[in-house]
Amino acid sequence: MQTGCISEDGIHVDMNHLKKGEVNLGTSIMAINFRDGVILGADSRTTTGAYIANRVTDKLTKVHDTIWCCRSGSAADTQAVADIVQYHLGMYGITNDEAPTTQTAAAIFQELCYENKNALSAGMIIAGYDPRHGGQVYSIPLGGSLHKQSYAIGGSGSTYIYGYCDANWREDMSEADGIAFVRGALAEAIKWDGSSGGVIRMVVLTDRGAERHLYLPDVGYEGPGRQPGVVGE
Amino acid sequence: MTSIGTGYDLSNSVFSPDGRNFQVEYAMKAVENGGTAIGIRCKDGVVFAMEKLVVSKLVKPGANKKISTVDKNIGIVCSGLMPDGRHFVSRARDEAASWRGLYKAPIPTSALANRMGSYVQAYTLYSSVRPFGLTSILGGWDSEAELPVDGQVGSGPKVGAGGKKEGQKRGGPFLYMIEPSGLYWGYYGAATGKGRQSAKSELEKLNLSEGDITLEQGVKEAARIIYVAHEDSKDKDFELEMSWVSSLDGPTKGRHEEVPKALREEAEALAKKVIEGEDDDDEEAEGGATGDQMEE
Amino acid sequence: MNHLPQAWGRPRDDVYGAYNASFLPQDGPKQHTQSPIVTGTSVVAMKFKDGVVVAADNLASYGSLARFTDVKRLRQFNTRAVLGFGGDVSDMQHLDRLLTSLSLRENYADPGSSGDETDTASLDAKNLHTYLSKVMYKRRTDFNPLWNHILVAGLDDADKPFLASVDLLGTTFSAPSLATGFGAHLAVPILRRVAPDEAAAETLSMDDAVNAVKEAMKVLFYRDARSLDKYSIAVIRKDGVQLKEDEKLEGQSWAFAETIRGYGTQIH
Repeated sequence: MQTGCISEDGIHVDMNHLKKGEVNLGTSIMAINFRDGVILGADSRTTTGAYIANRVTDKLTKVHDTIWCCRSGSAADTQAVADIVQYHLGMYGITNDEAPTTQTAAAIFQELCYENKNALSAGMIIAGYDPRHGGQVYSIPLGGSLHKQSYAIGGSGSTYIYGYCDANWREDMSEADGIAFVRGALAEAIKWDGSSGGVIRMVVLTDRGAERHLYLPDVGYEGPGRQPGVVGE
Repeated sequence: MTSIGTGYDLSNSVFSPDGRNFQVEYAMKAVENGGTAIGIRCKDGVVFAMEKLVVSKLVKPGANKKISTVDKNIGIVCSGLMPDGRHFVSRARDEAASWRGLYKAPIPTSALANRMGSYVQAYTLYSSVRPFGLTSILGGWDSEAELPVDGQVGSGPKVGAGGKKEGQKRGGPFLYMIEPSGLYWGYYGAATGKGRQSAKSELEKLNLSEGDITLEQGVKEAARIIYVAHEDSKDKDFELEMSWVSSLDGPTKGRHEEVPKALREEAEALAKKVIEGEDDDDEEAEGGATGDQMEE
Repeated sequence: MNHLPQAWGRPRDDVYGAYNASFLPQDGPKQHTQSPIVTGTSVVAMKFKDGVVVAADNLASYGSLARFTDVKRLRQFNTRAVLGFGGDVSDMQHLDRLLTSLSLRENYADPGSSGDETDTASLDAKNLHTYLSKVMYKRRTDFNPLWNHILVAGLDDADKPFLASVDLLGTTFSAPSLATGFGAHLAVPILRRVAPDEAAAETLSMDDAVNAVKEAMKVLFYRDARSLDKYSIAVIRKDGVQLKEDEKLEGQSWAFAETIRGYGTQIH
């Protein structure tokens, strides 16, 4: 099989595509729309082969105040892409005297992922909130296409939760229901996917700004929940 | 201009002792002799009008348009050196295309004005170039709708996005004027070229800052103002060129287009009537005769 | 036989054997040629007496995973041309933007008569197909193909129905009925039965053409494992384009499954 192809199961990234010894975010990530904005969620496992290089990774990355992304694929590639987008959005905000929209962020993410598709293994989900457009979720899978979605799931662990998400998804959920949905889905992904694990991190993006949540495996992902005082970074 | 002839006017990159850049001031002279151009920012769109002086009977009427479109929703009308105007518009189109290339969305009018202002200003800095012999009126309608990313697929939640705040309306009509120095301001109504003084005083009478004038009214006022501004150079024939850009639910659906012939002729007829009326008051003028040759 | 977009443009393994890459330098010149990741399957189209009908389902697959079920693969270019995209979705989006910039530039060159709703678009379907064929051929020549198979449906400069295809190699082809991917095998015979040649297409009614295309979409849903029962369909005629993007396949036949038991020997 050629490097860069996905295998016939359609999900697992060809590991040859990663450079030798490269750190892989064999991941479970997702983002959803809900009544007041968006919620991003991710597990916290980073692996090199079967070794867990980091068990408390933060895969939720801020690129602007209320525009965040979930990263899957090569840790190095996705960090580089997120850094470049963060730079562009910062410049946009300053030169245009106006915060960038989620669309702007998604467009720049796509430009980078599409034009460099041969060099990157990056699967990203972009979610953002602004008062005019409300919450929005975009998915950019491997080839660099851009999809607007009501909710998006990604990473190797997502294969195991397509059914769960489709069956439990409701539009216009309350914040509590949204968090329960993300937590339930990621807990299943972590349970079945060896490349996903650790804690569940979430970021809630609304008109209040960004709020972080944390759910730990040793208490059945029940808590501690919202992290007070931790707004943004 | 006391310093003229002292050598300080020969280069862009040299100030005169009293802090002036003569090349820029000369460029403004070039504009002062150009055909009158105006822009009106109405509540539901922007109108442009240009007094196109007929340089020769051998030129086809209606040909050689002077008002140009940038992207879909922005118009530019220049007064001054025509070839400079063509280059200026070409640059504006490149800027709009490069914005789309990165952001996958149309460039906001304000951002284009900013970039073009910077571009013009750069031509006042170097001894190897001369400034633009142009004053450009640049305006457009920024979409009030939520724009997708160009080419995106998928649609998001059926119930719409959550957490939207009411009254976050964006977009609307915008109008800027850029001078040879690179200076630009936003305007309710802008005028440049030979007849700018009378055009400006007519624009001021419209109370544009109140924001009640509609696009349809704007078209008629624009035609009238060009005719009024033309009074001082009555002996020369001219064609009236007009374009407009409306809101998405307006006549041009957010696009910058030429004003339809029927509406333009209606506005022109009204304008002529007003002018003739004024002439009648003064003395029995020969006015109105000038109009006949302008028909296409 | 392999209809998957992943196999397009490669020598057939059953004829030539699997490609032996071992002699290639390991770190040689930059290798562009990629492979499609998120893909759309067939596009089906046919001409009738005064127009063209074209359809494609709303699925974007990720390998065998039906990952995105709301991807509209028909793109209306203007009042005279609709494109149907098979193959890679990211390249489809790239082409979509290229066409947006093309139409902007076209408008600069010829703004057309103002305020005229039925503005005769300056580019007709034939022009568009020629343009796309150049783009596709250039990219394959750069060893960086756009992984798509495109049908261009619409009207030519004489307002006659026009239908043609261009693929990732820049190969062009025209016929009264066309289909890409799996549809080239399964849909074309159905459409040819309705209108075997140009002469037949010139007398075909719109309803007959639409029904034939819908029938083809149904067969494709039965037999193409990368298809969906939600689809888009467009009819291009002189009086404009009618594009519907949320159609559902109707009149499927499954009840006969009741009569099928076992695989030969079993009776109950």
